[in-house]
Amino acid sequence: MTLAPLARWLRQNRGFAGALLLFAAIYLVYNLMHPRGFSAAVFVQNSNEAVALAFVAMAQTVPVLLGGLDLSVGAVMTLTNCIASELVSGSPAQILFGMVATLLAGTAFGLMNGLVVVYGRIQPIIATLATGAIAMGLALWIRPKPGGEVDGDLNWALTNTIWDFADTYGFDADSPWLAPFADLPVPILILLAIAVLVWVPFRRSVTGRTVYAVGSAEGAAYMSGLPIARAKIAAFTLGGFFAACGGLYLAIQTSSGNADIQQAGAYTLNSIAAVVLGGTSLLGGAGGAIGSLVGALILRVISFYFRILSIDPLLQPLIEGLVLLVAVSFGAIRTLRVRNKLDLFR
Amino acid sequence: MLARLSPEDRPIAIAALFILAILIAGTAYTLITSGTVPLLSPGYLLQQLQTGAFLGICAAGMMMVILLGHIDLSIPWTLSAAAMTATAVGGDLALPTALAVGLAVGLFNGFGVAYLRIPSMIFTLGVDTVLRGLMVAQTGGFAPQDRATPMMLFLAKEKILGIPVAIFVWAAVSVAISVILTRTAFGRSVYATGSREAAAYLSGIRTRRVIIGAFVTSGLCAALAGFLLTGYSAKAYQGMGNAFLLPAIAAVVLGGTHILGGRGRYAGTLVGVILIVLLNSVLSIMQMPEAGPQIIYGTVIIGMLLVYGRNARVTS
Repeated sequence: MTLAPLARWLRQNRGFAGALLLFAAIYLVYNLMHPRGFSAAVFVQNSNEAVALAFVAMAQTVPVLLGGLDLSVGAVMTLTNCIASELVSGSPAQILFGMVATLLAGTAFGLMNGLVVVYGRIQPIIATLATGAIAMGLALWIRPKPGGEVDGDLNWALTNTIWDFADTYGFDADSPWLAPFADLPVPILILLAIAVLVWVPFRRSVTGRTVYAVGSAEGAAYMSGLPIARAKIAAFTLGGFFAACGGLYLAIQTSSGNADIQQAGAYTLNSIAAVVLGGTSLLGGAGGAIGSLVGALILRVISFYFRILSIDPLLQPLIEGLVLLVAVSFGAIRTLRVRNKLDLFR
Repeated sequence: MLARLSPEDRPIAIAALFILAILIAGTAYTLITSGTVPLLSPGYLLQQLQTGAFLGICAAGMMMVILLGHIDLSIPWTLSAAAMTATAVGGDLALPTALAVGLAVGLFNGFGVAYLRIPSMIFTLGVDTVLRGLMVAQTGGFAPQDRATPMMLFLAKEKILGIPVAIFVWAAVSVAISVILTRTAFGRSVYATGSREAAAYLSGIRTRRVIIGAFVTSGLCAALAGFLLTGYSAKAYQGMGNAFLLPAIAAVVLGGTHILGGRGRYAGTLVGVILIVLLNSVLSIMQMPEAGPQIIYGTVIIGMLLVYGRNARVTS
């Protein structure tokens, strides 16, 4: 009896379940092969490398659920990265203000994307192509050369284990109640906290459900009286917020800002790949940000393998590309199942 | 006056007016700062069009794909791969090699999108990454033969009757594409498939072959652009195509082609390319720091689309 809901959940979330399983499998094998596998140091290093991409992938998810695409996520992340490298230093109050201002800037940029898409009635893909150029321009204007400064304590506390976090800010790091969590990496907790505190409530709200409805059938959503304009604006705004989280974290992690157009483009493209790997349909209406988070982790673990297997670095881009191509080609299984050929053309 | 034009012609007219506006603004700027009018001299304009030819050829291929409602993100590395393979083979076989690479990539893209039914956005992105990987793996460890062949140099740099040969190549591609789009069954099928693939299929159009044909055109155009660009910069190098993807999409869309497919005219793409090339050259004359052009570029695209690229409101 208890298996029935589980079976239904599996049927409805095939992509996500597959991604989760794949991630668990390849990460387990990675740790078994790694000479210092299953240690806190490895977890900390891995999660640090994955967080920025995971945030950008989550940012990409929300517009994709609408049936759109946000080509500006990498640029917004870069912009917020540069803003944070200017502001997040000095006294604790200044640091706090800098972090809030960074997140607000990204959110505001997302809001602007949403307004252009909804009231300008321009296709999301082309509108964000243009706003992405604007974000890149602003980033270059703030930081023409890589550099900047981020508070050192913050950098240390947020890129290590809970124990280091407590130790840095003068809590009693060795107190017994902290012991069970002491070895967990802070970055992955930040990621999970934002996912649970921001994404899950959003998904359950009317606005969030409307995002899914618009992605499945916009005409039907309109006829049902759902708040379409609000959902679209909220989706892009939330995307901007997630991208800002990624930019802020990247600034804290690297203690600098870098307005690199190539890097921004790579993040945008990888975010799309992560969204697809995480089981979200590019046609909209099915999937979720948690799946994309797992998709981003999968992409990163694949690159970890290059290190332990000491694969020729020259072969890395080829293998990454092949993995991506093979992963998306699993979508072709659908074409074998259709009974009516017309179903292919939706 | 603009209101009386057909919806197909309006974007083209507005974009053409905007080109005039750019020329006037740029000329005013150079008159004030240096007292010269380089923007109005035929030599300068021809030189700009010569550099615009590479973008123009990429955009011509991209337009075929966008008319179907798909997109080809593999253009940057198709261009680079074709150019690098062509220089590696060298000699008289360079051009056939480049086109063969373009053809192969186009066929593969078309197969993935038409038969495997994978969204073109993600499939061509994957192909782009694989091509990059192949090129890095092939050339990374040693310095390959990367010199442009004499034919590349001729096509990209020489002049006939004072006009750069590259412009003739671009013109030939333009004529070919517009004839295909307006005068052949394949061209009509492209519009039909882009409007509604299921309806086109039921009308007896072999839509999958149409999709493959469009991607092959795009691959061939990118390869040809890579061939010319190698001649222009005298060698092939990794990442030489990176600067062409987004401007090509922007040029097609600014020219009035609908990003979801089915609507658009080749003349628009031509005007869109010229608009982007002139905008870039005026911005570089003004010698702004790198930030300025980016912001202006984005603002212009949004502004132009607000004037004529708006979607219908969803009401049913």
